[in-house]
This record gives sequence, C-alpha cells and structure tokens, in this order.
Amino acid sequence: MGLLDKQFEDGNIVITSLDNLLNWARLSSLWQMQFGLACCAIEMMAASASNFDMMRFGVIPRATPRQCDVMIVSGTVTLKMASRIKRLYDQMSEPRYVISMGSCSNCGGPYWEHGYHVLKGVDRIIPVDVYVPGCPPRPEALLEGLIKLQEKVRNYSSVKSVA
Amino acid sequence: METVLKTSHGRTLRTEEMVINMGPQHPSTHGVLRLELVVDGEIVIDVIPHIGYLHRCFEKHSEHMTNYQQVIPYVDRMDYVAAMNNEFSFAIAGEKLLKIQVPERVEYIRVIMAELQRIASHLIAIGTFGIDIGAFTPFLFCFRDREKILDLFEMTCGARLLYNYIWIGGLSHDLPPEFIPKAKEFIVDFRKTIKEINDLLSYNHIFIKRTANIGVLPADVAINFGCTGPMLRGSGVNWDLRKNDTYSVYNKFDFEVCVGKGEFGTVGDCWDRYMVRVNEMEQSLRIIEQAISTLPEGSISSAIPKRVRPNPGEVYGRAESPRGELGFYIVSDGTGTPYRIKARSPAFVNLSVISEISRGYMIADLVAITGSIDIVLGEVDR
Amino acid sequence: MTFQEISEILKQKFETAITAVKAEVQPDPYIIVEAKSIKEISTFLRDDESLSFDFLNCLSGLDLKGKLATVYHLSSMKHNHKFVIRIEVATEQPNIPSIESIWKTANWHEREAFDMFGIIFDGHPDLRRILMPYDWDGYPLKKDYQVPEFYNGMKVPY
Repeated sequence: MGLLDKQFEDGNIVITSLDNLLNWARLSSLWQMQFGLACCAIEMMAASASNFDMMRFGVIPRATPRQCDVMIVSGTVTLKMASRIKRLYDQMSEPRYVISMGSCSNCGGPYWEHGYHVLKGVDRIIPVDVYVPGCPPRPEALLEGLIKLQEKVRNYSSVKSVA
Repeated sequence: METVLKTSHGRTLRTEEMVINMGPQHPSTHGVLRLELVVDGEIVIDVIPHIGYLHRCFEKHSEHMTNYQQVIPYVDRMDYVAAMNNEFSFAIAGEKLLKIQVPERVEYIRVIMAELQRIASHLIAIGTFGIDIGAFTPFLFCFRDREKILDLFEMTCGARLLYNYIWIGGLSHDLPPEFIPKAKEFIVDFRKTIKEINDLLSYNHIFIKRTANIGVLPADVAINFGCTGPMLRGSGVNWDLRKNDTYSVYNKFDFEVCVGKGEFGTVGDCWDRYMVRVNEMEQSLRIIEQAISTLPEGSISSAIPKRVRPNPGEVYGRAESPRGELGFYIVSDGTGTPYRIKARSPAFVNLSVISEISRGYMIADLVAITGSIDIVLGEVDR
Repeated sequence: MTFQEISEILKQKFETAITAVKAEVQPDPYIIVEAKSIKEISTFLRDDESLSFDFLNCLSGLDLKGKLATVYHLSSMKHNHKFVIRIEVATEQPNIPSIESIWKTANWHEREAFDMFGIIFDGHPDLRRILMPYDWDGYPLKKDYQVPEFYNGMKVPY
C-alpha cells in the first residue's frame, strides 16, 4: 500500500494508453546488470548501498544478463574486456539500455593518450543511452543518470509510425 | 585424469574432469578476474587465474608525464579503494629519490589519512566478503560507516574516491578546522560499528563454518610467494612495514600488529585473514587517536619542490597499503620525466598464490578464498 | 648488513660473475651480474645463514635502449636488510634464466616482464603473456614501441 492506496474510484478502472502503461512498468523496474569494471564500480556499489539506495528507483542488481534491462558500464573498458562486454550486451533481452558511467567508458578518460590497451569509449562497441561524466562520478551523478534514462523510457512509443 | 568409481550396485561410473570459467563477469570475483577452474564434480582440482582485463597502462603513462607530480592521479587509480595509501607510497619513493625532508605536520596528516583509508578499504573488503559468503546485511553496515570516512576526505580535499591529496613533499590542502572534531566523533562511533560487525559476521556460526579451515596458507608458502599484508599476517607471520621497516612517523605511535591465531581452525585460513582486517581497523583507530592528539602545527606546502627534477639514480620505496607491501621502483635519468616506474602491487602478488591454496576445496569455498585475498583488480592489472 | 658488506661477500664468492658494483647510484645502489649465474647467486643469497634473503619484493623489466635489463629487489625478513641485483642483456638475445624455482614471486613477475619487454626467462614453467591478450603483437613498454592502429577490428588510438 502507499501511493496508490484508496486512490481509485469506480471499481479500480484507470484509463491510460498502452504506451504509458508499458513505459511506466519499464522505467520503474530497471534491473541492472551487476558487474563492475574499475574505480566507478566502487561508486556504483556505494550508490546501491545504504546511503544512496539505488533500489528506490527499482534498480535491482542481477548477476545474469538475461534478467537485466540496463547495463551500467562502470569503468575503463580495455581491449581484452571489450569482446566480453559486447557478448554480455548481446545476451541481454530487449528493450535494453546502457549507461556509460565515468570518463573512461565515455571516451577513454585519463587513459586516452597513451593507453595502448584501453578502448577509447564504450560507444565504439555498443550503443549508449546515457553518459554520466566524472572521474569517478559521484553516486548522486549516477542517480541523475538513471533519472535521465527513466525520462528517455517514458517518452518511448511502441506505435508503428505511419509515413 | 579419468577415475573409475564403483556404485553400491556394482556398476562402474566413469568420471572426468571438467574445465569451467568463472569470470570475468561474475558477482564474486571482485571485478574482472577470470578464473579457469579444473573441477572434478564440485571439487576444485586446479585454478588458473587469467588477469589483465583492467590493464590500463599505468607504467606507460608515467613514462610520458613531464612532471613526477602528474603521476599521482594515475597512482590513485591503481588501487582505487585505497588511493591515499597509494599516494603515500609513491610520495615516499619520490621523496627518497629527491632527498626531501617533509615537515612533521605533513607526516602526521598523512598518517591520519592513510589510516582512515585503511579502515575504509577494510570495510569494503569485509562487506564484499560477507556478500560472497551470503551475508548481505554487513555490507550495508560497512558502507554506512565508510561514507563517514569519505565525508572526512571530502571536507579535506573535495574528492570522495580519488584524491590527488598527498604530493611529493607535501599535501594539496591543509586540514579544515572542522576535521578534528568530526574525526573524533567518527572514532567514537566506529568503535561501536566494529562490535556490530563482530556480532553480525565475525562470530556468526554460518560464517565460521564457511571460512574456518578453508584456503589454508602456511607461513613458509606465503613468504615464498611474496604475500604481504593481511594475507601474510593471517598466516601468523608478524610482519608489518609500519613496524619492521618503519617510515613516516609510525615509530611515534603505539599500536599492535595483528596476526592470525587460528581461533576456529588452522592458522592461515580465510577466517584468520578476515579477522586480521577487523582487528587492524581497531589498531588504525588507535593510531588516528594518537596522531590527532599530538598533531603539530606548521606548514604543509613548504617542502613541495617547485620543479621535481631528481638526479640520475633509482629507488625502491615501499609502504604498507591495506593489501600489503606497495612498492614503487623509480628510475630517473635526470630529467623531469620518469624513465621508468614499476609498481609492485600487493594484490598482484597475493593473487598469484590462489592456485596453491584452493586445490581440493569446493567451488563455493573458492569464492570464500577469493574474497579473503581481497584483490582490487585495478592494482592487479595496473 | 649494508650494501657494501653484502656486495663484498658476493664478490669473494662469485668473482667472475659480477660485472660491476654500482655503489655510486643513489639512493639504492645495485650490482650487475651475468645472466648465466643468476640462479647460483640467488640460491646462495637465499640459503646463506648470514644473508637469508627469503623475500623477493619486486622483479622489474627495464628497457635501456639497446639493452634490456631485469632488476631484482630482495629483502630479508630475518635480518631486515635489502639488496638490488640487475642483469643486463642485449635486446637481440634477451635470455635470462628463470628464478621461479627459488622465489615463487618471480613466476608472475617474470611473465609480466616477458609480456611488457619480451625478455625470455629460460626454464620458466609457464611463460605466457599475463596482462595483454595472448594474440597481442609487440612489447608495449619498450621505448620504441608503436601502438597498433587496430586490434580485432577495434581502433586503438583515440
């Protein structure tokens, strides 16, 4: 009980569009793939721990890509790891979203110049929805990124566009 | 190896070993470690670690910096849960090379920061170790108190995780006036947390069953493999660089070196390594208390060199990070750019012993062993 | 024991194997020994009662432009003293005997030196790349290393 308690009149009927319903369901249960790469992973852990409590946005860490909606790429993507990230992304079921957390996965970060083993941006291998800047971003920044992603999901339409 | 088993009905069963992969995406490998396991049913026959999934070319970058101070942000990112200790270690190596004597206030503040960071790092180690074993609640308790330490760091230098605070010859900022009362408050609060952790996790029956007598590392093996830090002390070896090769002002403080005693099993098992970390947090609190009460006045930036340009030479400087001996081997060619910097990272060396101590245990025990080594992949791969 | 005393002992025992004593290098002086006798020297350093170097802190590769070197940082827990040994070999033939059987620490460190500099450690049980992918070309920490344009279809430079 809570927000929706005693809110409905006339036999629990709410009229909304299918888009709204689907988007509402999707954005309130963005299950996150639990996998950390580097420094940002510690901030991601902090974001899901007591003080910041990411779960209030419906973000629950899951260990397998099959159950996940959003992948938070938290940290430096190396060339050795890149193929694994691509594979994990491919294993996620659609609709799937990617948050690129931190400078390293946005563009290579401090390793852009001489990092012979660093992929300069995860968007070179998988599509990214939200970029969170910072080295590392604060947990609040990650939460802001999540809210931005929720906004994006809210504005999605499943209706086939007719030309 | 193929073995033939007889069932109770007299039928023969053929079993053979299987190779399975654990990682690089696995919730309990603490990052991007990949373990190749050879298993016979549930029993681990051999473990072959594959690392390098987070190799970020630290050593190459340091060879391209035009100033030694520019290396410090990269040093931060090596062991990202104990950035202060990394900086401390690097500053010690740099100061040894440049023959700088830093003011006493700087040394005291460094010790306070390093010990706070040690507690923060051990809290992560303990919290994630609990998750690995299946206890989620201690993780939340640990992170709650870790945030208090991060607040102290944030009020000093503005950053939560990677600080760029300890420079060669000094510090970037002095302590703000509200630091000391807040730190005192934290010490009082944190003593309660240690008791809480002990009640929740350390002496929990399930936890002891999962960790005692698991992954036993004998002292001679630990020394031969070069293990340091809680890994080595868990095996009962009284070796702490803060005491045995004392640096900074650690000789002025009274603290004990915690070693594993094998209270619930054999000396050198996972529980001992875990308990060394818990006890070390208490000792760190004692050091911070003493350092705060005797903090001298003075400048924090008077010894920072205008231009870091050491004479040609080489140095190996080391300090005790939460994971063990963190050393920097610096070769200087007389210019402002380091010719070569090699980091001797404790987690890299500690991890190399994993195949030695996990043979014959179950796969679930391997998770406990990995957790008790407390690796940080950023430091393993650099 | 000081660096002087330890190098005196080594000089008496292995006179021909020691190429140079760099006592003037500050702050950490070192000795240069011949590659072929490193195993013998290491065993002596570890087993001799008055030295007992039971701990290998660090093993680093080093590119000296034309020569490759490995540097061994040793310390003794018993006597609390330290010592540094260096081996220099030609870049064309970078073969050094492995000391993996003496200090196990060397196992991964030698693999790393092989990975980064291409130094070949003879007698190492498992000399593979450790940090870089197995199909990587070249040795990244060499001073004349050129970053490849592509790796497995991914662009490497920014």
